[in-house]
Amino acid sequence: MISRHHKDIFFKRTAQVTTFLCLGVLALLLYHIGREGMSYVSLDFLSNFPSRFPEKSGIKAALWGSFWLILLTGIFAIPIGIATAVYLEEFAPKNRLMTLIELNINNLAGTPSIVFGFLGLVLFVRGLGFERSLISGAATLSLLVLPMIIIAAREAIKGVPRTLREAAFALGVTRWQCTIGQVIPTALPGIMTGIILALSRAMGETAPIIMIGALTYVAFTPEGPLDEFTTLPIQIYNWASRPQEEFHQVSAAGIIVLLLMLFTLNFAALLIRMRTEKKVKL
Amino acid sequence: MNQQSITKPYEKAVVEVKNLSVFFNQNEAVKKVNLSIPINKVTAIIGPSGCGKSTLLRSINRMHDFEPIARLEGNIFLEGEDILLKSVDAVSLRRKIGMVFQKPNPFPKTIYENILWGPKINGFKINEDELVEQSLRQAAIWDEVKGRLFDSAISLSGGQQQRLCIARTIAMKPKVILMDEPCSALDPRSTGRIEDLILELKNEYTIVIVTHNMQQAARISDYTAFFYDGELIEYGNTSKIFTTPVLKQTEDYISGRFG
Repeated sequence: MISRHHKDIFFKRTAQVTTFLCLGVLALLLYHIGREGMSYVSLDFLSNFPSRFPEKSGIKAALWGSFWLILLTGIFAIPIGIATAVYLEEFAPKNRLMTLIELNINNLAGTPSIVFGFLGLVLFVRGLGFERSLISGAATLSLLVLPMIIIAAREAIKGVPRTLREAAFALGVTRWQCTIGQVIPTALPGIMTGIILALSRAMGETAPIIMIGALTYVAFTPEGPLDEFTTLPIQIYNWASRPQEEFHQVSAAGIIVLLLMLFTLNFAALLIRMRTEKKVKL
Repeated sequence: MNQQSITKPYEKAVVEVKNLSVFFNQNEAVKKVNLSIPINKVTAIIGPSGCGKSTLLRSINRMHDFEPIARLEGNIFLEGEDILLKSVDAVSLRRKIGMVFQKPNPFPKTIYENILWGPKINGFKINEDELVEQSLRQAAIWDEVKGRLFDSAISLSGGQQQRLCIARTIAMKPKVILMDEPCSALDPRSTGRIEDLILELKNEYTIVIVTHNMQQAARISDYTAFFYDGELIEYGNTSKIFTTPVLKQTEDYISGRFG
């Protein structure tokens, strides 16, 4: 007969094994990619344009394309996202319409990214005539990350204690002054974390960008928002789909660069979270 | 209706509550209360939990505006002006009626900014350093924080935070200060300091304090109002209420027989 005690131990061990299984797969992936691509990662790799020859190939165009894309996405999505969250949390009446809007935002956060890509193609590329430009890409990605930013910002604003708002109101300030002067500054770290995570998701997105027709072979860096572009994931995908073995290694090198950037962003988000957990404890 | 015994203070009233009822949905939390708050005195509001003390207090600076389910009937006059009228701007009203809350709630900013945020955002013409020092001195916390005005207010102890909150309220130069159980989260020593402070402050301000602590009411207040179940039962001179209350109900509560 198995005692309760043994069942307990069995459950604990199982949980441990599954946890380490996940970590193990991640480690394997990193090891594999590192072995494949490390030899191609160099300063030249960062500063060369793509080429027919694997050893001369670089990701300069994709790096700059991704940079521009994320910059523009941030410019579009951050103000709209924060403003929406502030409105929904601080000003909106509690009625059916608002519940409906809330429900929709939550649904949008779970919508497959290719759907946003299609919307972007119809709306920005063709409808508004922005062609295959950075603007089209950034606008599409903004739609994709907006629900994430709104949800994160709302959670952060909701976390601001009621007592803090009361303290502000008791000093004779308007709701707007309270929001700008106390609520947003207090919620800012949470909002920032949400933004960084959302933008790093945007950086890794491939499907919607392909859908709106970003190029796969670009031998120039974008000069302005109306230029055509490519991004890191697309460049990686392009190399990986070539028949030559060497290009697979170049692709792995691209993945290393992309992962390093994503880890950096996530680490920044972690730092911000840790700093504020110490500071605000009302 | 319970029996009532209400003795109006002979000093000039700053706040005059007339037939005030407060409803939350159908529930009547404050029932037809008449209360006049005398100038430059400490008026204590006592009574068991849920008797409507805090609800009454929060009516005076219209904090119920944020509760969609709250409905107020009757009048509250501040120096003759009915402040419950829709036409009265609650935001500017709260500049004249400050409030100190149960749990210390300083802003997560520096001590200096905590004092100045209210006056600055309201566009008061002030000398910043002077106002900070003056407010902190009046709140009897200057000596403890003068060397670290630019530290976060969150780093202060609970009692210090509460005195900072009082300083922040004073900085607005209000006519009336409402205190909602300001010592209930504090240890006896911090409580003692705040009580001394309240006695100091009444020279310049009119203070209304809600408290659970009857000894506190007896120590610091000039007038005491005893509430029960939303009604004002007995109101009068503190020493009289605590030594020779008119009503049996008041006596039972004060001597700890119920509540």
